[in-house]
Amino acid sequence: MTRLMVNNFFEQLKRSVGVAKKDLRIYYKRGPVIIFGLIMPFFLFLSFFIGRNMPIERLFIGLLGMAIFFSSMSIGPAIIPFEASSRTLERLMSTPIAVWALFLGDVIASFLYGLLISIVPLIIGLVLGINIIQPLILSLGMVLAALCFSSFGILLSAYPPTDVPSTAMMISNLVKFPLVFISGVFIPISQMQDWGKIIASASFSPLTYFTDLVSYCTQETSYYSIPVDFIALIGFTLLFLTAAIKIHEKTLPKRLS
Amino acid sequence: MKTAIEVEGLTKSFGEIIAVNHINFEVKKDEIFGFLGPNGAGKTTTIRMLTGVLKPDEGKAIIMGHDILKEPLKAKQIISVVPEMANAYRDLTAWQNLMLMGELYGVPKEESRERAKFLLKEFGLYERRNQLARGFSKGMKQKLILCAALLTEPQVLFLDEPTAGLDVESARLIRDMIRQYNREGTTIFFSTHNMEEANRLCDRIAIINHGKIAAIDTPEKLRMKSTELKSVEVSFNKPVPIKELAEIPNVTNLKKIGDKIRLYTDEPHSVINSLTDYARRKKLTIISLNTLAPTLEDVFIKLVKEHRGD
Ligand SMILES: Nc1ncnc2c1ncn2[C@@H]1O[C@H](COP(=O)(O)OP(=O)(O)OP(=O)(O)O)[C@@H](O)[C@H]1O
Ligand SMILES: [Mg+2]
Repeated sequence: MTRLMVNNFFEQLKRSVGVAKKDLRIYYKRGPVIIFGLIMPFFLFLSFFIGRNMPIERLFIGLLGMAIFFSSMSIGPAIIPFEASSRTLERLMSTPIAVWALFLGDVIASFLYGLLISIVPLIIGLVLGINIIQPLILSLGMVLAALCFSSFGILLSAYPPTDVPSTAMMISNLVKFPLVFISGVFIPISQMQDWGKIIASASFSPLTYFTDLVSYCTQETSYYSIPVDFIALIGFTLLFLTAAIKIHEKTLPKRLS
Repeated sequence: MKTAIEVEGLTKSFGEIIAVNHINFEVKKDEIFGFLGPNGAGKTTTIRMLTGVLKPDEGKAIIMGHDILKEPLKAKQIISVVPEMANAYRDLTAWQNLMLMGELYGVPKEESRERAKFLLKEFGLYERRNQLARGFSKGMKQKLILCAALLTEPQVLFLDEPTAGLDVESARLIRDMIRQYNREGTTIFFSTHNMEEANRLCDRIAIINHGKIAAIDTPEKLRMKSTELKSVEVSFNKPVPIKELAEIPNVTNLKKIGDKIRLYTDEPHSVINSLTDYARRKKLTIISLNTLAPTLEDVFIKLVKEHRGD
């Protein structure tokens, strides 16, 4: 019985990989659109930092945080609305893939995309002479963060059940941009002392824990402890993933017309 | 096991509208079962419930022994669907579309490749296998979707208006394929509002209207059921006022069809006598005169009307 369940689990996992491959193939072709979605946050970032005399490490933390956050969340919110509007969703729903495996597939695609894109600022940082003191922790942190934000992106498309990809994108932008401001991307949390309320809300943003990790890996200073950062990222990932699967399961049929 | 699909009290509402209202039926193994109904009758909603895409409000459906609600993955594993107005992935090639389907059903890679090659050749798409589906015509897309459905060698195949909007040749190819795969042991459930198609393909037909099943039977028996729909078709050498013909005794209804006039009646013989009398009186020549058994279309319209209560 357990053997069978394990078999079923791996069989479903293979189907997730099939879904992820499909997503990547489709969104690879939409590259320009997605890149454009990354340019705006990049300029937002530049406009904040240019002219301020900040240590390059500070710049790197912000850049890496922004990149991984925006790229991991760039394709996720559009996938399911796009399936609905291009009339591929009904066929997909009738195939023998478990709902969790279907959405895990979408998460895997966003994750790989996010991780790949965030290698760019990492390389820029290394070229500019950033000293990464804890490469292992940073790598692990990047993987976890990409997974966490990808799940978040999939969750954001769960409600409302629209079949218009741009609506889903807009909703996700409404959530993404405010989060960036409270997550220590622009100003380290430790310097937010006077803003008690903001610090309190920062702890609700998963991005906070990633920037905190990067800060630790480059400057050896962090606001939270490293285990707390990891636990928070894992916790958020599990929360987003289960919520995404549960809500999508309910709203999927509503997207059919 | 002789039953492929077993449906009991299946019901689905959307707000105020009861799209499917407590329907019951059985589809036998190896059958071609037609689901015939006008627009909005509930065909698509029924198929969506049978294929595990929509959850019914009430009732159950069992596919080859698997309850679609309790064992959805097992049921889905042995069926395939060609949904109404479905699309292939436009940004994938024909080949990639088929491989994806194989992966979603857990078909071994090598087997997927062989089946895909065979099916694409059979449907005349092999030369264009590496082209994006975006560039396919409507007919080619529909063939590709059918290939994708057949790739997994389903035991039961659902098709929702598979030939809608296709030209005569493509429609015929799809019908021929349905017949061929049925002979090879696939149970077919398909919906249509094309009477002629249902008549030519189906072993049995269910007529659905306003979410309820009005009749289930073989095409021939459905036709026999409506004896009052017998008719006489006549044409004269000159146009005649249709009003005068309406006064012939025993004519229940009449209809002008091209240069012919069709008179519906229980008593074709007496109507024929009256028509020859009429022709003699008016000095007309009868060019053609036929008695006709009711067509499926007549039966269909009658059943749909009765159901509406008018
Ligand atoms: N997602 C939905 N939301 C609201 N109403 C719906 C939905 N799907 C179907 N309906 C309604 O349910 C009824 C049955 O629709 P269904 O699509 O099953 O009919 P159909 O027999 O497939 O018609 P057609 O021949 O036009 O495809 C219709 O009145 C339709 O408006
Ligand atoms: Mg329909």
